[in-house]
Amino acid sequence: MNEENIKQELVDKFAYLKDMLIIKRKGRIFAQVPLDKFEEVFVYVVKQMHFLALSAITGLDRGDGFEVIYHLNKEGKVLLNLSVLLNKENPEVKSVISYCPSADLYERELMDLLGIKVIGLAPGHRYPLTDDWPKGEYPLRKDWKGHSHLEAQNA
Amino acid sequence: MHESGDVKIPIGPQHPALKEPESFLISLRGEKITASSVRLGYNHRGIEKACEARSYTQCLYLIERICGICSHSHSTCFAQGVEEVAGIEIPSRAKYMRTLIAELERIHSHLLWLGVAGHEIGFDTLLMYTWRDREVVMDLLATLTGNRVNYGINTIGGVRRDINAKQKEEVLKAMDLLEDRTKYYIDLAQNETTLLKRLKGVGVLSHDDAQKLDAVGPTARASGIERDVRKDDPYAAYAELDFKVISVNTCDVYGRTLVRLGELMESFSLVRQVIAKIPDGPIAVKVLRKIPAGEAVSRYEAPRGEDLHYIRSNGTEKPDRVKVRAPTLANIQSVSKMLEDRYLADMPIVIAAIDPCFSCTDRLVALRDAKSKEKNTVAWETIRLNGIHWHKHRGVDFTSLNKRLLKTFNA
Repeated sequence: MNEENIKQELVDKFAYLKDMLIIKRKGRIFAQVPLDKFEEVFVYVVKQMHFLALSAITGLDRGDGFEVIYHLNKEGKVLLNLSVLLNKENPEVKSVISYCPSADLYERELMDLLGIKVIGLAPGHRYPLTDDWPKGEYPLRKDWKGHSHLEAQNA
Repeated sequence: MHESGDVKIPIGPQHPALKEPESFLISLRGEKITASSVRLGYNHRGIEKACEARSYTQCLYLIERICGICSHSHSTCFAQGVEEVAGIEIPSRAKYMRTLIAELERIHSHLLWLGVAGHEIGFDTLLMYTWRDREVVMDLLATLTGNRVNYGINTIGGVRRDINAKQKEEVLKAMDLLEDRTKYYIDLAQNETTLLKRLKGVGVLSHDDAQKLDAVGPTARASGIERDVRKDDPYAAYAELDFKVISVNTCDVYGRTLVRLGELMESFSLVRQVIAKIPDGPIAVKVLRKIPAGEAVSRYEAPRGEDLHYIRSNGTEKPDRVKVRAPTLANIQSVSKMLEDRYLADMPIVIAAIDPCFSCTDRLVALRDAKSKEKNTVAWETIRLNGIHWHKHRGVDFTSLNKRLLKTFNA
């Protein structure tokens, strides 16, 4: 199955992806999915199209909101990057751990570094920040300038 | 799941059996592990955040320092990503140079792993042998790039150093020597009872589990998953080179050993092909400091498995976001599965078998006289000779052993 076929199958199934799906080069497909449709697209891609491996989840701060990108791959050859946009005030996504068991650490990273709430992730160790990292400090947010907790400690 | 009747043992974050900080909680019933969990993050240095405040060239050097073993993997992965966003095609010679250093790095990393594996099962002779041989490739890397560990050979748009005819000869000579040694290790792995008894059936990760947990690299290939970025999504010069993806179906630590040994043999062949085929021409193209807005996912087959970088540019000279997924992060999730229902004594080798990344970088070049405060630049060779002399003075002499090795090499 090549990139064009993958694109065609996705657009046929989910018409709203028509203008949101780009083949950047061989083996790289990027698609932006509306947040309320994300789960159905994700489940379809994993279960029906057999993008079984989750390579990573990237979270980033766009300034006016957040973006989460799920890097899925099929037999190591084609990388499908599904992204969702989240609002700034109350960023939350549903956990994908029931479909991809390896999502655990990547989702904890979203919580720790960006303060994105991941619904459905079982409680566990945090990752990667320390246990005494102050609440409400999210280092990968653009407005985080660092050191405020150190200043508070030293004061 | 940790149950209340079992004995719980915390191992780490600082523990003699671990080479870098990470924390395992092991539940034991007798000598058997019933459950385990891992807490990571003790090495978190905030490199991704730091990248957002630095230019692309500065990021390259910072990213090279993520790992002390596969430094070239990270820097190449990042450089490839940035070049893709900028829409730059690097010269063919640069691609071959990157491939050459990549394969030499794989050789040094796999030899290092073999030594560590030997050490973890109490077979320290193997550690001494492989690490001695590894020096051959380390010296080679130092000759070609100027550094033993963080090579600094990459730049956005190509590489910074070229290779000359004399260096090519040195590389080929070293490959012959190392191939000879590796054949000996392969024979050892197939026939030495200590290795067979200690590694077979240990740290089992079934094909299905490896797939489900997204294992990468030799860990996945030892569980029958024939996946290698060099083949699946070729980068640098790999599309023009001929090599096999080594995989076995034993699903245990023994299989991971065989895969790495097989890959060493493939690497020798790849290095020879690069030396034979490397085209003439420039080694780099000029790249503007500002990279146009865009995004790219770059993949690279590091010695430990797939390395993945996500790069987003906002059109300035600094990246908007750099995300790094190193192979160990993908593999660490399989460790709990491998430890399940195994003996506690297997734990060090099972953890070592995924080849988690340790930092190993120390090199002295400037010495300061304690009295006069005068600075002296000393060549690496001089330091080495001083070391040999120091040991000889105390009765440890490898002269005859070295002679014997040289004889095998020249024969």
